[in-house]
Amino acid sequence: MRTFRALARAQWLGFVRDKQNWFWILAFPLMFLVLFGFLFRDAGASKNSLAEVGSVAVIDQLPPDAKAQFERLFTVTRYADPAPALAKVRKGDLDAAVEQHGSAVVLHFSQADAVTAARVQGTLSAFIDGANMSIAGVKPTFELRPEAVEDQSLKPIQFIAPGLLGWAVAMGATFNAAMPFVTWRTSKLLRRIRLAPMRTEELISSRLLVSLVVAFVQMGVFLGVGVGLFGLKLTGSWFMAIPLIVCATLTFMAIGLIAGAISKTAEAASGIANVIILPMAFLSGSFIPLDQAPGWLQTISKFLPLGQLNKGMLDVMVRGQGPGAALVPMAVLLGFALVFGLIAARLFRWED
Amino acid sequence: MRLSAGRAKIGGMTNVIETRGLVKNYGELTAVDHVDLTVPEGTFFGLLGPNGAGKTTTLELIEGIRQPDAGEIRVLGEPVWPRNRSLLPRIGVQLQASAFFERLTVEEQLRCFADLYAVNTSRVEEMIRLVGLEEKRKTRTEDLSGGQAQRLSIACSLIHDPAIVFLDEPTAALDPQARRNLWDVLRAINDEGRTVVLTTHYMDEAEILCDQVGIIDHGRILTVDTPRNLITGLGAAYRIVVSEGAIGVEEARGIPGVEAASLEEGSLSLSTHDPAPALTALAERNALQGLQVTGATLEDVFLTLTGREYRA
Repeated sequence: MRTFRALARAQWLGFVRDKQNWFWILAFPLMFLVLFGFLFRDAGASKNSLAEVGSVAVIDQLPPDAKAQFERLFTVTRYADPAPALAKVRKGDLDAAVEQHGSAVVLHFSQADAVTAARVQGTLSAFIDGANMSIAGVKPTFELRPEAVEDQSLKPIQFIAPGLLGWAVAMGATFNAAMPFVTWRTSKLLRRIRLAPMRTEELISSRLLVSLVVAFVQMGVFLGVGVGLFGLKLTGSWFMAIPLIVCATLTFMAIGLIAGAISKTAEAASGIANVIILPMAFLSGSFIPLDQAPGWLQTISKFLPLGQLNKGMLDVMVRGQGPGAALVPMAVLLGFALVFGLIAARLFRWED
Repeated sequence: MRLSAGRAKIGGMTNVIETRGLVKNYGELTAVDHVDLTVPEGTFFGLLGPNGAGKTTTLELIEGIRQPDAGEIRVLGEPVWPRNRSLLPRIGVQLQASAFFERLTVEEQLRCFADLYAVNTSRVEEMIRLVGLEEKRKTRTEDLSGGQAQRLSIACSLIHDPAIVFLDEPTAALDPQARRNLWDVLRAINDEGRTVVLTTHYMDEAEILCDQVGIIDHGRILTVDTPRNLITGLGAAYRIVVSEGAIGVEEARGIPGVEAASLEEGSLSLSTHDPAPALTALAERNALQGLQVTGATLEDVFLTLTGREYRA
């Protein structure tokens, strides 16, 4: 126990006293959180910009509740002449321009942005249908009431924070295992401590403890910044992120040990760790949400440890699922940890 | 007890290290070639040889870091390979490279090693004093000078009060002053009754420090004895050097007992097995300006054993 404590303490001090570690493991991913947080702050409530040329009665005479809804969806700018309005639509400064000639409502759009054009067209025709029906005195038989399955206040930060935290944890655990052991092997410190009556398990478990503490510091800071700065709302069983992170740390530490075992220098180990973690972060939805990604990407992510971590954390932290939602990702992560751990044990070298 | 049962007694002295027929090959190269060594308890033993002679590999085999291809090793009566955890607390090893935990201070470093060996932390203070690093206790190891790092590394190898200490070229790359300081430390360690095994390629170091010297070349132990016996065993001549011009070369050759005389770089050099009459004769001729008298050194021993000049 004393050996374990001594090794953990030495490794912890070695870690915290290197400011570079803090940058890469905390400040760097946090930069992305702040960047994405500001970038996508209002993305959820994005409005379409609409030019109203002359007077468009069908919009101006909407009943009050429909009017309010319309204003939530469109930012309306009034133009007296069509020419400047159309020019802006052409340039993409405005999403569409609308004018009314008698009973005909003309919508001008640009084909350059087909998705926006279709959205504006669809939304506007819904309002016109509503107006038609109310004039005809028809009481609608069916009513569509859209409701998001997530919390109504769901903002992009809800998706950004868990994904980036997953990436940060994966990076921290991998580098924390790969780099020190290579450094220690080249400095012959591994040989030196092996000449003391120390057990290999004491060395590995003390490193695991340090990596876990680092992961929880990352989690604390990420959630602190997310909640404090960007209004991140955690759902009921968010605490299940803790066992998820423990399982993920085991997996990524094993990956880091493999990277360290096959590298001659610390630089090479860092390179290998990067080559593993960075693409995995993209494929696992750490930087881009996978909900809009193609199906094959979503499938790939299921086979990646970081994909499992991200999915588990999203489910329990923001999607409001019960604690049970973390169990499958945890089991998969532990499976990965076992396989990579066995490979790492085979490849581990005390000497160059 | 295994420990005492395994120890061999030779002439009442316990041999703490015994190797027989030790062989280690690296591919084509035979780094250690049938090495037999016995080191009695309390000895200051020096393994002397030029770079690449096999000193470090021999030491690593004895420390149990490498597996020998053939041969037997007993340290304190115990086998050393595979890693023998019960033996480790009784040996102290200082490696050629300064292997420290990064970004720890001198004190923290020693504290950590004290914990690894489960010894009382009061040893930390004792070790700091022993190697004279009192003023550096709060300094990170990265900021130590070469000599200070070397002393700390020795302190780390002594923290658990081992019976045998292995030091691999402890004074390499040190300036002369630092070397002398370290010699004092090494002597103190040996005076406490510990067996010290040291490798070195410095002849003077081996001559000054060691009770016994093993000369190694191309992986073979050529001879083992006390430095004094090795040198006198040569029966080599004394060299007497005086300034040129004090006496003629022919005249010098005529002095009784002088076997050879020659002029070398502005000095007259005489060689004799019996220096007393030669020195008297030189004094009578008032020819003692710039006098130097040297006996044989370990370098001559090496030359005699290998037939070539010693180059570290």
